[in-house]
Amino acid sequence: MEAIILQILNGLDKGSAYALIALGLTLIFGTLGVVNFAHGALFMIGAFCAVTLQRILSLSYEVVDDTRTDFLGNPLKVDVPYVNGWFGPEMGQTIIEWSVPLAILFAIPVMMFVGYAMERGLIKHFYKRPHADQILVTFGLAIVLQEVIKAFYGANPIPTPAPPAFTGSFDFGALIGFDPNQIIYPYWRLIYFTFAAFVITAVFAFLQFTTFGMVVRAGMADRETVGLLGIDIDKRFTMMFAIAAVVAGLAGVMYTPINSPNYHMGMDFLVLSFVVVVVGGMGSLPGAVLAGFVLGILESFASMAEVIDIIPGINQIIIYLVAIIILLTRPRGLMGRRGVMED
Amino acid sequence: MSKSNFTRRGVLKTSVLAGGALAVPTIFDGSVWADGHTGFTNAPEGGTVTLGFNVPQSGPYADEGADELRAYELAVEHLNGGGDGGMLNTFTSKTLDGTGINGKKVEYVTGDTQTKSDAARASARSMIEKDGAIMITGGSSSGVAVAVQALCQEAGVIFMAGLTHSNDTTGKDRKANGFRHFFNSYMSGAALAPVLAANYGTDRKAYHLTADYNWGYTTEEAVRSSTEAMGWETVNAVKTPLTQTDFSSYIAPVLQSGADTLILNHYGGNMVNSLTNAVQFGLRDKQVNGKDFQIVVPLYSRLMAKGAGANVKGIFGSTNWHWSLTDEGSKAFVKSFGTKYGFPPSQAAHTCYVQTLLYADAVNRAGSFNPCAVVEALEGYEFDGLGNGPTLYRADDHQCFKDVLVVKGKENPTSEFDLLEIVEITPRAQVEYAPDHPQMGGAAATLGTCNPGA
Repeated sequence: MEAIILQILNGLDKGSAYALIALGLTLIFGTLGVVNFAHGALFMIGAFCAVTLQRILSLSYEVVDDTRTDFLGNPLKVDVPYVNGWFGPEMGQTIIEWSVPLAILFAIPVMMFVGYAMERGLIKHFYKRPHADQILVTFGLAIVLQEVIKAFYGANPIPTPAPPAFTGSFDFGALIGFDPNQIIYPYWRLIYFTFAAFVITAVFAFLQFTTFGMVVRAGMADRETVGLLGIDIDKRFTMMFAIAAVVAGLAGVMYTPINSPNYHMGMDFLVLSFVVVVVGGMGSLPGAVLAGFVLGILESFASMAEVIDIIPGINQIIIYLVAIIILLTRPRGLMGRRGVMED
Repeated sequence: MSKSNFTRRGVLKTSVLAGGALAVPTIFDGSVWADGHTGFTNAPEGGTVTLGFNVPQSGPYADEGADELRAYELAVEHLNGGGDGGMLNTFTSKTLDGTGINGKKVEYVTGDTQTKSDAARASARSMIEKDGAIMITGGSSSGVAVAVQALCQEAGVIFMAGLTHSNDTTGKDRKANGFRHFFNSYMSGAALAPVLAANYGTDRKAYHLTADYNWGYTTEEAVRSSTEAMGWETVNAVKTPLTQTDFSSYIAPVLQSGADTLILNHYGGNMVNSLTNAVQFGLRDKQVNGKDFQIVVPLYSRLMAKGAGANVKGIFGSTNWHWSLTDEGSKAFVKSFGTKYGFPPSQAAHTCYVQTLLYADAVNRAGSFNPCAVVEALEGYEFDGLGNGPTLYRADDHQCFKDVLVVKGKENPTSEFDLLEIVEITPRAQVEYAPDHPQMGGAAATLGTCNPGA
């Protein structure tokens, strides 16, 4: 029982990341009809927003410490962050330690701009082209973006820890009556899940309860008719692309304490996120979220030693296996609509 | 219709010659090869010789590959008489005098392995066939090393392995044309086990997470057998996909298993992520079986440890070499490399630099670039002054035997390079094993015969 609860918890945070990326993918596909293989790169750029802010906050000047030597035997040059000088060592350190939460504020405008530039600069030229062309160009863009990030930040993962207040884990099992140490869960993963739930709710509320959202939904259902009503639907869809970029970017920012970001992290999530979108149903926002969590939890279960002992290698194929089964039984995915990607 | 060339007189002559050859003492004498400047793959013509540096220049190990390339460039500079000479000044062999290799100026070409076996073989093949490389060297992946080593064997060139830690490289997949200076999984296990016993006791329950590929298997096997031999129990060993990024679903069940020690047989990004996840789950803050929970990383790399940040503090592992060593060879290399590039070299850089010097020295001693002459010069060769103390290139498997470092994540690093501290220098005798050891492929593993190609 403990193992089951534990894997459900693990699946929730993994599913959160899948759901956030798949949500953005579905938004773009539903509005613009574009299959965006560069969406994983947006997740990665978001993560590197956190890295960049951490580096900006850590900008330092050198102080020579004559009492110690460096690896060549010269007096050691110690880096002192400017924020320590401006706010005092303790406050300066705290600011640096909180760089990941602060990066949310930094990432929103950056991702808006990146999303807007990507859509206006490249993707709009491919609206009327076949999906295969869209996949090729966005996949190429993803590779370019990750190589640019690698050129600036290197290939190695970069540690981006959570604030000390949120490091460590709590004993969830003890809370619900199990023995101590049986079900432990890191604080930051709980925060990630909560954050994802908040963002998903905000996106749905935005689409459901605002005039802008209503127009977008109408455009998703019948773009031509909305256009005939004199509404500039293209502009709104461009905004939705930017919003989808922000969602992916924020998912990336908050993911950095879970796994140290590297230039390849977008690709790691991209393929699985596409499976999530297809399983959820192309164009279905609730389907993307549902499939994200379902597949995240199933992936966690498949990683249990007991399961691997029975079916070796199941941990590596579970998502694809489930995708095949779901698509065989429900060809439009869990919540897919008739007519989407069926022409 | 076929006609035999065998005659009674011919057979007698050949027998006498063969008998005479066998009667000569098997002490290596380079003059045997002195005239052998043709008849092998890419025999150098003119005043230059080309070496092929095959390292990951793209992909997840690109930073390590870049450091290896820096070391190779430094080695070439020193071989050609540039810079301060680095380890040429401390190497016990004195054949390297800054005039290149065997009097020929050293040039080099580079290839990108992408840390993929097929890409690595393609780039090595290109360097051999198009660029005329006489020797291929490089590393960062055991899968790649084994693949490229086999290619070099077929092509008739020497392969001087860079960073490759799997037992298989000089174990079941050993080749006559291949040589490894880097240590291996067996040595890591043999060096780590006594230190772990001394620090954590002999009554421990270990849980292994193992990268699901060649290197992971041999490392798990080596560490398991070494720790079990001193009394530890292995409660579980779970394979994790190489592409895994989030290890939470593998780490969460560790405490439920009753284990009090987690051994991460992971390298590179896998190691960074699994260690980060394990620390996030608070494993190191727990007490199990009345003991503090511990994590062990059998193979440490400073470049990779940097990615895990503060999570490496206090965690034991092993390494082939570290820039903080104080022997004359290490100091000379750190000074050369640090002055040129502004930061200390990694263990990957060290082994690549040393391999280049060892190859050059072997050619000089043999008096020939003929691969079989180089093989003969390296087999059973003992040397010192290259940073690892007295070292033997064992003839049976072409594996270097030397001291192994047991290290620990430093509690209070003074810089971004100062992440590991040396806990013990394990003497060579403690990490030696028989050439037909079961972990090395047993009696079935053989080098085969040297192939000069062409």
